[in-house]
Amino acid sequence: MDGVIETEARVQLEGVHLSFGVRPVFRGLDVSFPRGRISVILGGSGSGKSTLLRAIGGLVRPQRGSVRVAGEDVTRLPERELFRVRERIGMLFQHGALLDAMSVYENVALPLREHTRLSESDIAAEVERRLAAVGLPDAGRLRPRELSGGMLRRAALARAIVTDPEIVLCDEPFSGLDPINVRRIEKLFTDLNRQLGISLLVTSHHIPSSLRMADQIVFLHDGVAEAGPPKEIRYHPDPRVAGFFAAELDADAATSEDGQGEEGTRP
Amino acid sequence: MNAIRDLGFRTVSLVAHLGRVTAFVGEIGRSTVAPPWRFRRFVAELYDVGVLSLAIVCLSGATVGAVLGLQGYVTLSRFGAEGSLGAVVGLSLVRELAPVLTALLVTGRAGSAMAAEIASMVTTEQLDGLRMMSVDPVDFVVKPKALAMLCAMPLLNGLFIVFALFGGYLVGVELLGVDGGTYVSSVEQSINFEDDILGTLLKSVIFGALVGIIATYRGYTSEPTSAGVSAATTGTVVTGSVSILLFDYVITALWGV
Repeated sequence: MDGVIETEARVQLEGVHLSFGVRPVFRGLDVSFPRGRISVILGGSGSGKSTLLRAIGGLVRPQRGSVRVAGEDVTRLPERELFRVRERIGMLFQHGALLDAMSVYENVALPLREHTRLSESDIAAEVERRLAAVGLPDAGRLRPRELSGGMLRRAALARAIVTDPEIVLCDEPFSGLDPINVRRIEKLFTDLNRQLGISLLVTSHHIPSSLRMADQIVFLHDGVAEAGPPKEIRYHPDPRVAGFFAAELDADAATSEDGQGEEGTRP
Repeated sequence: MNAIRDLGFRTVSLVAHLGRVTAFVGEIGRSTVAPPWRFRRFVAELYDVGVLSLAIVCLSGATVGAVLGLQGYVTLSRFGAEGSLGAVVGLSLVRELAPVLTALLVTGRAGSAMAAEIASMVTTEQLDGLRMMSVDPVDFVVKPKALAMLCAMPLLNGLFIVFALFGGYLVGVELLGVDGGTYVSSVEQSINFEDDILGTLLKSVIFGALVGIIATYRGYTSEPTSAGVSAATTGTVVTGSVSILLFDYVITALWGV
């Protein structure tokens, strides 16, 4: 394919077929995500963006094909072996997936307590640093139910990156965030990528931020993927791809004019 | 032909289901004998299952004992055998009523809550979040809950017996005029340590394991929807209650306790 990023693939899917019941999601999906780059996965609702991240994390197993993460095919590994691979991955779920019985501090500290031998004071320092990085320096004592939707996702992001994983999977990190927090998270992603060389795989509907930060855009439609640099994908000859960008950019412009897009508050 | 096919399908489904339950129990067993021990999480769960069930178990125990005292007195007084009231209340409680009723009460209060909590963790992707942090949800969430249920049940059973004997005493001695010393010595003489006390302990441990496994399994394997949470909760109470009564018969038939 033209425009493929010339660097070693960190995550590679080959011939992936995946269905939920009779509904096919992927029909021979081939796509690779380069090491140390930001890849943004776009596509309409139900195109399989979240499922793609879950397949990479080994949370769903395709019926056919391979999903290689850092050289290991996660579709063939038993659950215990998957834990070893997942230690190299951080994942931000769409709704945070924070443990609601614990405080934000305990949630962010959990991976450190489970997988490192750091002292409690070192863990506290690390947690505070990560919470400050996502703009939640005073949220440690709060419970997840006390956070707004945007705060919840930022706290979950702090948990996903606290162990400095090689790969971070982010499912819709910008949805429901106000423009300032979109920029903040976008900068955090860029810093993580540029300073630590973390490979970021981000699903999004937020076209402006995708175009700003992505090294590669993967567009999912009809169970297959089109991948390439942002400029190439934006002006892709396939009208479905170009039409998606045009429609989403129009919607973003309308939202900005209406003053929408404020950080939502959970009921 | 359809009936045979249907029967075959159901049989295969049942065997597969039993296989999944066995594998799940094996996972709990494996994580129980291997570190990390997660003692603090176990204590927190023990508080949820045990301490928070105290009120309902003690109140129910006292009420059941009072009813037994009243019914026993009415029946025994016909034969002039009121002095055996302690034996009637004590034996029926220790051998049968206390372990079964405690297990049913705990299933309704703590078992259903346990299943609902795990099922809502499935719905909100919290278990997947743990998996992605390379933390085994069976080890982190299920094991402490199942073990807490196993340990809390015999303790709650003991409390149920104590409060029921006290309820029987209140009605029989304080209200109906049975001699207090006769009531207590009748309880003491009728209850045998090996047959009755160890028997009730055995039953409550088995019921605790049963309810712990059913509640955690139902929650863990629930559909990630609000209907799934509801089904897990209802399923725990129904399956748990029926299993308790069924196992009560089996234990009584096998060991005579």
